[in-house]
Amino acid sequence: MSKQLSTEKIQSRQDLQAIRDIYTKSYEAEEKKILVCAGTGCISGGSLEIYQRFINLMKEKGIACAVELEEEPHGDAVGIKQCGCHGFCEMGVLIRIEPQGYLYTKVKIEDCEEIIDKTIVAGELVERLAYTKDGQVYARQDDIPFYKKQTRLVLEHCGLIDATSIKEYLSVGGYTAIEKALFDLNRDDIITTISDSNLRGRGGGGFPAGRKWAQVKSQPDGQKYVVCNGDEGDPGAFMDRSIMEGDPHRMIEGMMIAAYACGASEGYVYVRAEYPMAVQRLRTAIEQAEAVGILGDNILGTDFSFRLKINRGAGAFVCGEGSALTASIEGKRGMPRVKPPRTVEHGLWDKPTVLNNVETFANVPLIIERGADWYKGIGPDNSPGTKAFALTGNIENTGLIEVPMGTTLKEVLFDVGGGIRYGKKFKAVQIGGPSGGCLTEKHLDLPLDFDSLKKVGAMIGSGGLVVMDEDTCMVEVARFFMNFTQNESCGKCVPCREGTKLMLDVLERIVEGEGRDGDIDMLLELADTISSTALCGLGKTAPSPVVSTISEFRDEYDAHIYEKRCPAGECSKLKSIFIEPTECKGCTKCAKLCPVGAISGKVKEPFTIDPAVCIKCGACLDACPFGAIKEA
Amino acid sequence: MFNKDYMIIDGMKIELEGEKNILQVIRKAGVDLPTFCYHSDLSTYGACRMCIVENKWGGLDAACSTPPKNGMEIKTNTPRLIRYRKNILKMLLTSHCRECTTCPKSMDCTLQNLARRFGITQLKFSDNENVPALEEHIDNSSSSIFRDQSKCILCGDCVRVCSETQHVGCIDFADRGYDLKVTTAFNMPISETECVNCGQCAAACPTGAITIKDCTLKVWDAVHDPTKRVIAQIAPAVRFAIGEEFGLEEGTNAMPYIVAALRRIGFDEVYDTSFSADMTVIEETNEFLKKLETPEELPLFTSCCPAWVKYVENKRPEFLKNISSCKSPQQMFGAIYKQHARYEEPDDEREVVVVSIMPCTAKKQEARRPEFMVGGVTDVDRVITTQELANMIWEAGLDLKTLEPEGTDMPFGMYSGAGLIFGVTGGVTEAVIRKVMADKSRIAMDNLKFIGVRGMEGIKEFDLPIGDGEKVLKIAVCSGLANADKLLDKIESGEMHYDFIEVMACPGGCVHGGGQPYHHASYDKSKRAEGVYKMDRRTRVKHSDANPIIAGVYENVIKGDAHKLLHVHYEQPHIPHYTK
Amino acid sequence: MQEQSSSFDYSVIDDIVEAQAALGGSIIAILQDVQEQFRYLPREVFPYLANKLKISQANIYSVATFYENFSLDPKGEYVIKVCDGTACHVRKSIPILERLKKELGLIGDQHTTPDLLFTVETVSCLGACGLAPVVTVNDKVYPAMTPDTATELLNSLKKEAADVQTA
Repeated sequence: MSKQLSTEKIQSRQDLQAIRDIYTKSYEAEEKKILVCAGTGCISGGSLEIYQRFINLMKEKGIACAVELEEEPHGDAVGIKQCGCHGFCEMGVLIRIEPQGYLYTKVKIEDCEEIIDKTIVAGELVERLAYTKDGQVYARQDDIPFYKKQTRLVLEHCGLIDATSIKEYLSVGGYTAIEKALFDLNRDDIITTISDSNLRGRGGGGFPAGRKWAQVKSQPDGQKYVVCNGDEGDPGAFMDRSIMEGDPHRMIEGMMIAAYACGASEGYVYVRAEYPMAVQRLRTAIEQAEAVGILGDNILGTDFSFRLKINRGAGAFVCGEGSALTASIEGKRGMPRVKPPRTVEHGLWDKPTVLNNVETFANVPLIIERGADWYKGIGPDNSPGTKAFALTGNIENTGLIEVPMGTTLKEVLFDVGGGIRYGKKFKAVQIGGPSGGCLTEKHLDLPLDFDSLKKVGAMIGSGGLVVMDEDTCMVEVARFFMNFTQNESCGKCVPCREGTKLMLDVLERIVEGEGRDGDIDMLLELADTISSTALCGLGKTAPSPVVSTISEFRDEYDAHIYEKRCPAGECSKLKSIFIEPTECKGCTKCAKLCPVGAISGKVKEPFTIDPAVCIKCGACLDACPFGAIKEA
Repeated sequence: MFNKDYMIIDGMKIELEGEKNILQVIRKAGVDLPTFCYHSDLSTYGACRMCIVENKWGGLDAACSTPPKNGMEIKTNTPRLIRYRKNILKMLLTSHCRECTTCPKSMDCTLQNLARRFGITQLKFSDNENVPALEEHIDNSSSSIFRDQSKCILCGDCVRVCSETQHVGCIDFADRGYDLKVTTAFNMPISETECVNCGQCAAACPTGAITIKDCTLKVWDAVHDPTKRVIAQIAPAVRFAIGEEFGLEEGTNAMPYIVAALRRIGFDEVYDTSFSADMTVIEETNEFLKKLETPEELPLFTSCCPAWVKYVENKRPEFLKNISSCKSPQQMFGAIYKQHARYEEPDDEREVVVVSIMPCTAKKQEARRPEFMVGGVTDVDRVITTQELANMIWEAGLDLKTLEPEGTDMPFGMYSGAGLIFGVTGGVTEAVIRKVMADKSRIAMDNLKFIGVRGMEGIKEFDLPIGDGEKVLKIAVCSGLANADKLLDKIESGEMHYDFIEVMACPGGCVHGGGQPYHHASYDKSKRAEGVYKMDRRTRVKHSDANPIIAGVYENVIKGDAHKLLHVHYEQPHIPHYTK
Repeated sequence: MQEQSSSFDYSVIDDIVEAQAALGGSIIAILQDVQEQFRYLPREVFPYLANKLKISQANIYSVATFYENFSLDPKGEYVIKVCDGTACHVRKSIPILERLKKELGLIGDQHTTPDLLFTVETVSCLGACGLAPVVTVNDKVYPAMTPDTATELLNSLKKEAADVQTA
């Protein structure tokens, strides 16, 4: 019954089950494992070198090590794996050790030997590498507060299996859901299950996935497509990247189920250009799946065929919008088109198309496998399941997290996120990226789900949470996002192309101290016109950060406009730099350094800065050996 | 039928009659909903957002892209909508050159009109005083059109006309966001691209971003130069459109007024290109009949449209051999007239200047082609469009419709109905058929309108039995170069065989040429063509052979030089856009 | 029928078009491969592709200028990208960019050094927010940068380039 995975294709359900059994046994027999995080973050910290170092060291020391799962269980060999993102990026490079479940943080290549000697061989903890917080050492990953408060379902494999091996995916029950879909369910059952589960699109809008699938299925037979939106362009969001890098087969399986249910035989994954590692992992995954016959014609001996292509983006945020994305796959400029017709009727190449994002597809195998009722048991009724968030900015624990929908902002920020960095005061969190809004202290008890956020004028977006502390100027934040959308506007419709530019002009002059009476009203007027009349979602939501910061932090706008003051002290044009005469020794250093010649004085006497000339570049601040130059 | 589908527009019940979007229904209801980027002949772009309407739930929809549904209720003019439209206009105007007084499209500009209609008197959104027309925004390289990007509102009409209607695609969007522009590859001068000079971009442009190259001053110079003998030839299509500029009914034949105006302006002689169109019919029919003997050389394509000729040169050079060797009527006229002046009136020492008045911008470029230059002398010296002629008449302080009608000079003002109908799609073909058919009775001629040669459709195909009916010719008539391209594809793939194909680049033919007066949203495109056929019905001479002066022209002017004077050989092209 | 630049090796383009045709790749994929090959999109490629693929040159230009990643100007051997995503921006990525430009003498809109060794540009969020602010050099990610470490990085790249040259 045994099949050699590398040489023979899986041709039936029995084949698949047999092979899965083999690798599951093999995986389970592997007692000791070194799980090296090979997400983009840890790779940049040198994790691939560390991975190689472990292999070399074990060879040197005569310890059997297994870089790949084999058919024959290799009981005492140490498994070493390149895993997906563990999520705790702040602490990278991360290494998890099994069977103890230790998580080592900030691992350097020099630490490898000690880890082998102490932990792998002797089973002891290397305490200095364990996560420590408030004097407490957390040896095991699961005990660390950052992980303890999470519910990792979509990300369950990230960090635990080798992301570059289909065998590992099979060994943890991979492709069970598609097997069930193909043999135990009919196409309507699948759609009913997804509809019943109330899975809502994780890309931002929260449109029910089941309804979308049903609409595509109801289109006349013929060519249909399944497209995965991996153009995760929101600044400060990297959930989808982590899934594509860490568990690519999970997403592929989800797409296959969608394709089978809707009657599509071709799929595309659109990955943004900035994610080369994700492209590489997906490519590997697709090649492996094709090689074993999980992708291709007559999958598992059924009449279901599915081929998957990867499309690399070329650098355009707007391609995250559905019709722009399909245009881009077709080789056109990524400009959104008017709707109707909708993508479910006329999508890619004008054919009915299921378009969901990475996280949505990655949820699908779970739901098919464990059922709609199980899924609905997680999170609130109207937004069940979990949500992955990228926690960034001025937060203690930067990283990728997954919590049930409906978890409050406070739990996310303080329990999982560990609170604000450097003990500063929490000011706001920007959610939903350039399309979203900001949540403040008064929203701390707000459950994070589609509908609750919508009620307060924010949106979940793809799940980026950028945390801002008291030193962040909210007008500057608004300017930053407006600058972003303005740069990323495709330019097609007038309100977005011209209107965002006008809003940006106004915001720029406000942060530069040139704001005038009436500017806030003008911003709101423009915002109303743009959000009501723009062609696509990007344009319609472009003013949200501005509207939201005006409604929450109007006093900061007023201070900039009327008092020419930045309360957070961030806007450099509104700073004044002066020399404290009592502290200045007249060393001339600052005057020599000043790029615009604003500083003058007599040697050995206090110097002065001419505020009319000063460009507030701050060069003198750093240069003064006596700390006599101050900012206010 | 009591239960007709309807929708409610501003409280009025309006029946649905298969409109493809609610904009059409709204306009049918008499509401001139403003748009910049909507053209019923092009794909829906939906970018200007001016046509937003409010649905009964308070949501906004762009009328151009919303299909009508039975029972739908919308409002077109709520205070919100008015405010948004004003804001959109202000946004557009902020980044637009606002030197209206010196803009060629002043008074004919949609942006200007809507700014006035919505009472935009100040732009509070920006300190930006004006966007000057900069040198770098201007492309003066083409002999047909003039581009000024500072006047562009990025509605994309020109881009879609150029690619969808004409399959040329020499202009497209470039860059994105606030830097978005419509331009050629690498901003190269448009004359160095595959542009065919059809001018449909200028016809579609709602502002002054693409306009017709003006050469009226050169004409003024010539008519007032006593050493010059300035001759006008007026193309058939001009007379059916120019009246629109002067308040005459659409499709009115304004020829007698044009003649009068040209004489008042100072032209020495005024003739009719319909005359040389008759010459073209004769030459082209003879060529066709000869080619029928060698069917492998078929189909024969017409050659009157210079944009079509250039299209084949630029894009499908393999078909160049199929294009008729006949010069276009404009070029035949110039060649014949100059020959006539040279040999029949040698004592007149004035330099002959032939000025064509054309519905067409491509004719400007055609006249400059080296093929039409003999010893440094061009067959046609100046080409002005219908629009430019209207401007000259305004400049002269004349009102076309109040002039005393006059007739053209002779003999080159004499024409048959066959020459006249050249101005509309199918006209050249019908003229050829009139020549080849045996029965030349008035009734037989009249019945040709039933064979499928007339009408505004983009592609018309029909069979024509000839002789005793033992041979049937496969004829195709198309207008719009994208339609021509479809036929070329069918020929290339072997799917179809045709014997004769007429191509006019502008949809509907020359009456809708790029040089004709601008259309307005509610314009009925069939009106000008109706004018043509109405005029044809009034002509006594129906087919070109019967034009009484033709025989004399062959005998006295052409004298066996038909090949040199009336035919042209287009060399395998040098394709400009490949040189860079 | 077409005048080609004699110094340009069009066979590379032919290979790319052929390979992409087999994959069903669009013009974008073709341009990506061309850019990978030349580190920018040489102008010669446009008329050649237009002719080969039967699409207009303006259309290819239109696509090429829409997407951020395509460059019509030659890029440096080392393409340094400073992430200006929110997280990096909040953790001060702009001073890093300014330092790099200053060290390389790049002024205003200038992105590439005249010797075509370095290109410095910003890039939208790389999704490495946990390591903010980040810089990439030819797609290798460098985490938690400061203006000073940027200078160090630049020096090591310069040295590497010099070593390659002498070797």
